[in-house]
Order: sequence, then structure tokens, then C-alpha cells
Amino acid sequence: MSFLSRTAATSLVTLALTSPIKAESLDVQIGYLQWVPDQGPVLSNVIPEPEDAGLRGAELAINDNSTTGKFLGQAYSLRSEVADSEEAAIAAFDAMRESGIELFVVNAPAQTLKTITGKSGDNTLVFNAGAKDDALRTGQCHVNLLHTIPSYSMLTDALGQWLNKRRWDEVFLITGPTEADKGWADAFRRSAKRFGLEIVEDKPWTFDADLRRTASKELPLFTQASDYDAVVVADVRGDFGEYVPFNTWLPRPVVGTQGMSPVTWHRVVESWGAAQLQNRFRELAGRDMNGEDYAAWAAIRSMGTAVTDLNSAHPTDIRNFLFSDKFQLAAFKGRKLTFRDWNGQLRQPIPLVHPRGLVARAPFEGFLHPNTEMDTLGFDRPESECRING
Amino acid sequence: MKTLFKQTALAAMIGLSTPALASVAYVSNEKDNTLSVIDTETQEVIETISVGQRPRGILLSKDFTKLYICASDDDTVQVLDLATRKIVDTLPSGEDPEQFALHPNNKHLYIANEDDAIVTVVDVDTKDVLAQIDVGIEPEGMAVSPDGKWAVNTSETTSMLHWINTETFEIEKNIVVGQRPRHVEFSKDSKIAWASAEIGGTVHIIDVDNLEQIHEMSFKVPGVNQDRVQPVGIELTSNGKYAFVALGPSNHVAVVDAQTYEVLDYLLVGARVWQLDLDKDEKHLYTTNGVSGDVSVIDVEDLKVIKSIKVGRYPWGVVIDPTS
Repeated sequence: MSFLSRTAATSLVTLALTSPIKAESLDVQIGYLQWVPDQGPVLSNVIPEPEDAGLRGAELAINDNSTTGKFLGQAYSLRSEVADSEEAAIAAFDAMRESGIELFVVNAPAQTLKTITGKSGDNTLVFNAGAKDDALRTGQCHVNLLHTIPSYSMLTDALGQWLNKRRWDEVFLITGPTEADKGWADAFRRSAKRFGLEIVEDKPWTFDADLRRTASKELPLFTQASDYDAVVVADVRGDFGEYVPFNTWLPRPVVGTQGMSPVTWHRVVESWGAAQLQNRFRELAGRDMNGEDYAAWAAIRSMGTAVTDLNSAHPTDIRNFLFSDKFQLAAFKGRKLTFRDWNGQLRQPIPLVHPRGLVARAPFEGFLHPNTEMDTLGFDRPESECRING
Repeated sequence: MKTLFKQTALAAMIGLSTPALASVAYVSNEKDNTLSVIDTETQEVIETISVGQRPRGILLSKDFTKLYICASDDDTVQVLDLATRKIVDTLPSGEDPEQFALHPNNKHLYIANEDDAIVTVVDVDTKDVLAQIDVGIEPEGMAVSPDGKWAVNTSETTSMLHWINTETFEIEKNIVVGQRPRHVEFSKDSKIAWASAEIGGTVHIIDVDNLEQIHEMSFKVPGVNQDRVQPVGIELTSNGKYAFVALGPSNHVAVVDAQTYEVLDYLLVGARVWQLDLDKDEKHLYTTNGVSGDVSVIDVEDLKVIKSIKVGRYPWGVVIDPTS
């Protein structure tokens, strides 16, 4: 930002106050829609996933925005709907749209998201905080759709870089039966090519035995091969993957969706001030913050950052600001985060974690990129057909 | 400097080991729960003192008899007696104190409570909490102007400087700056305030009389990715010549002409350089380097890094006792 325009912006928003509370002059309404299809019965259901994943992140971001807003006369409110079907999610979108809401955060499968953006019209801005499908970033982009959740390929590229760095370049891949598992595994196969990894075995998971009783017998046989450096598991919903570590034929580490995983966010991330965000979240939600919570939080904080600067909540103004040089999101990942202008994806470092500790953070030094190292994760501009900013 | 030499020489000659005679720097080690004490003559660690959990901000009382320590995870401010180097007292601080600033009256301590979005003002003599002031999310940097008129707090997630009137304890002005403001430093005459924004990558120069930004600086370290250039600590020489800005994970300290705001040089120090302090005669600048766990010493006249001193894990703050 030039010196002059910053000064103008500053004088616009600086207020001489005797109390920090000022009568609100700008109302910012944000809609949050969540529809997470039932994952079906899973074997490793010992530790259930929270059902309000995403929603509580949105609520925290509204609180964060409001604290800033109270000094600037900007009030934020959240209309949220946790739907139990796709129809209900879309009906909730229509109702919110009808009531004048123009800014949305959606945590739903890609198909639902596409239906919503298809109906959204010009004066709407939608943030994807749930669907990791690469197709939404490589071909099926929408001009008013931004993504704060990383794509599968961003996650698997983080893992691929790490395996390359460790020189553990021969891997045994196990892929579960769901569409999500296949999406994750496809992304990993691409990462393997990019980072010089060899998939020495590529096996689908077909067993339907209850591994809580038989994992120790089944998995050693399943993972027999002459040699590999690591086992990579693609089991997005957490069906069998938890039983792979320590049950492999060879004494090798397990990485992927279980074992050591590339994630959007995890409770073990604490650097760069993240401990404060984790504390705030725990106080609000009574549980740890996960990736969906983080994506919803980042979406609403992005909007808040724009509104702080613009003193406007108009979707077009916000969109323009988010793609301008002025925007940068401070989001506790050690780098300023920005949106990729070709497909609306939020660039971000990816933590690699095991359940009780942080192992590393991608991108790694040595993987070079002419613009930003963060673009070594996921589909880069030349690899994507999307040009949502022309 | 001469007296200092004499004192040290004398102490050495007659075999005294009174700690107060050595010229020392205190460094808080965030992940070791200790302070490292550095002899600034020999530039070596001479003592390591156990303190509370996660020590971050540290500062000296105006009479240089005490060191105040933010023990963040203990939710308290500890008081270290400099003559004995023992913790002698604690102060109420509110939750998760990170940084603080002492009013020139040597009584009013302004503490940023990072988890609670408030600034707590404590009377260090009576231990009374005089005020709790609502500020933005994650209050971080705290400074009081040398003339005692203003206390300034930076709130990281709200990206503001909150200007608190030290007589009424009320916010009189909020100035939006770059993302994640970390630290404020006043010029000796209280006329100019320097504020760093870590994620914004900027330093904002505020004219204190008008409470308006008059300049915004950014930094470009050759060979370093721009998003690793994250300004944090700031130190000004009292002659108004230089400002030193710690640039975090870029591992460099920027040398700035404090009159023209031009960057004169970038000095390579340890990893994730955080805070800095000048020694008594302003010949040497000490920087804490969190990730490499050391302190770099910069020769101010030559603008060269002359030494690195290993301290504890994640050194955070550094202050040098000018009377020693």
C-alpha cells in the first residue's frame, strides 16, 4: 500500500473515543452452512470426530472480528445451519440469500458446493471450508468461490516433499474404497511423481474384517513386499488406517491420512502465536481446534480483514480486496497467507503431525518456486485451467 | 565505559564476586524457564537463574534495583532483586502476561494479557490492580512514552495501536496498522512512536502530538523470501541516529536512519531474531535469536555482528542494566 492511501485509510478508521464501544454503523452478516454426509460405520470409531467441526471455528472468527469491529463501529453476526441433508443445506442457503445475506462459508461436499455457487449470482461471495477435491481448483472453479481448506494435492505435496527430504522414496500405498480415499490417493500419486517417489506397491483396501481383533494378523500379510521405506495410507474417514501403524510386515513408519499426517490444522501447532488461537478455541468450544474449524475461521477472518480496511461489507469490494496486494491474513502459520488469483485457493503452510506432536511444516527449504514457496503445494497456475480473475 | 573498566578491574583485583558490580545483560529463555545473565565485558553467560514458566517480557525498574519478569504460563509477574539475583516477590498480572511497560513514575505497570484481550494496570508498590482496559484480540506490545503521557498497546489479531491516557486509563485513539503489530518504541523526546507489524512486514511511524501515521516502512532483505521478513523488536539510539529493527525469521536486523527512515543495512544474526537492547554506552546491541538459542552482539559503530553467545532455549527478551 502506498503511503498516501494508507494514511487516508488510517484517518478514516481512527476514532477519538472515550470508550472503545461505539454505536455500530456497519452490520456484517455472514451465513455458515454445514452438511457433512454420514461417513457410514467405521472400524476405528474409538475417538469420534466432533459434529460441530467447522461451525465452532466460524463462531470464534465472528468473536475475533467483533472485537476489532467494536473499535471501528462494525458489528458481525453469524447465521448458521447444520443441515442433515443436501436438500436442507440448499434450502437453508436459499433462505439466507432471501434474507439478504451475501457472504457465506460452506462446509459441504463438492457437489453441494457447486449447486450453491451455481445459484449464488453476482452479489455473493462463498468460501469453501470443507471440500478438498482438486477438481474444484483445477477446472470447476467459480468466480465467486474461494477456498480456505487446502486441497488434497496441497496435503499430499506436503507429504511428498517431506518423504523426498527424508529420502524415504519407496513407498507402499494402501487406498480405501471411498471416493474421498481415491481423491486423496490420486493426489498422492501425482505428488509421488513430482517429488521423485516410487510407489512400489499400490493396493486397494478390500478387507471387511473387524481389525480390532485381527489387525495384528491381517496387516502384516497385507503389507508384505520385498522392501519399502514407508507405508502411505489413504483412508480419509478413518476406517482401517488407525490399525496400520505397528502392524506392517516390515518395521516401517506409516504416513498419510493416519500415522504422520499432513493436515490443515491440529492441536499440536503452537508456534507463531498459535497457542493463543488454540486457547481461545478451547475456551469457546470445549475441545481442540481441527482443520474444518480452522478453514471456517480463516474464511471469516479474511472477510473481517477486508471489512476493517474497506469499512464496507459489499461482496465485490471484499473479493477485490482479497485478491489485491493489500490483503494478507495473519493466521498463525508463520507466513502471511494470500489467495491464489487463478483459483481462489488460500495459500498456506501445511503442518505434518502425529497425534501428539508436530513433525515438520511444509513447504520445505530447497523446493523452489519463482513467486512463493507456498505454491510448491498443490496445483500451480500453469497446471490449473482456472482463471477466475481473467 | 572507563568507570566500568575500573570497577571490573577493581573487582577482579580484590577478588570480589558481588554480582551488582559486573555489567550484565538479562535474557529470558521462553522454553527453559530461566534467565541467562551475560557479563557484557567478557560477553559470556555467568549465571542462569530459574524463574517462572514461559518467561517472555522482562524490564528494569526505573531505579535499576529490580527486574520484572512476565511468567506467562504462571499468570504472574515475578520480581527479581538485582543485588541478590533472587525472586523476591510476585505481582498480580491477569492471565497470560506477555509484554509490559513501566510508567516513568516507577509505580504503574501496564501489562498486556494476551488471552483475555485486556491491559491490566498494576501498582507495583501496593499490588493493587488500578484498571483493566478492554483492547483488541491478543494484546501484545506495550510501551509507555518517556514523558509518561501515553501507554500504547498493540493488539495482534485486531491489528491496532490502542492509545491509553495514563491519567484516566481510557483509550483515546485506535490506529489501524499492518497485520499483527508486535512492538512499540518511543523516541526519547516522546514525539515519535515506532510500531512494528510482524505479518504486515512493516514499521509504522506515528507522530505522537497528532496521533497520526507519518510514514510506513517496509524491508527487503536480499536473498530472503519476502514473507519471512517479519519485524518484531525495535531499539533506538538515544542520539536519534539509528533505529534497529529485528526482522524475525529472516534472521536479520535492519539498520534504519532514524531521521530519514531509510534502511542503511541488514545484519545477519541468529535464527528468528526477536528483541534487542543497547548496552549502557550504546556501543553494542544485543539481540535474542529464538530458534538458534543464542544472543548476537552487534558493534554499533562498525555495524558488524561481532559475537554470538549461546543462552537457553528460545531466548525471548533482553535488557541490559545500565548501572552495572
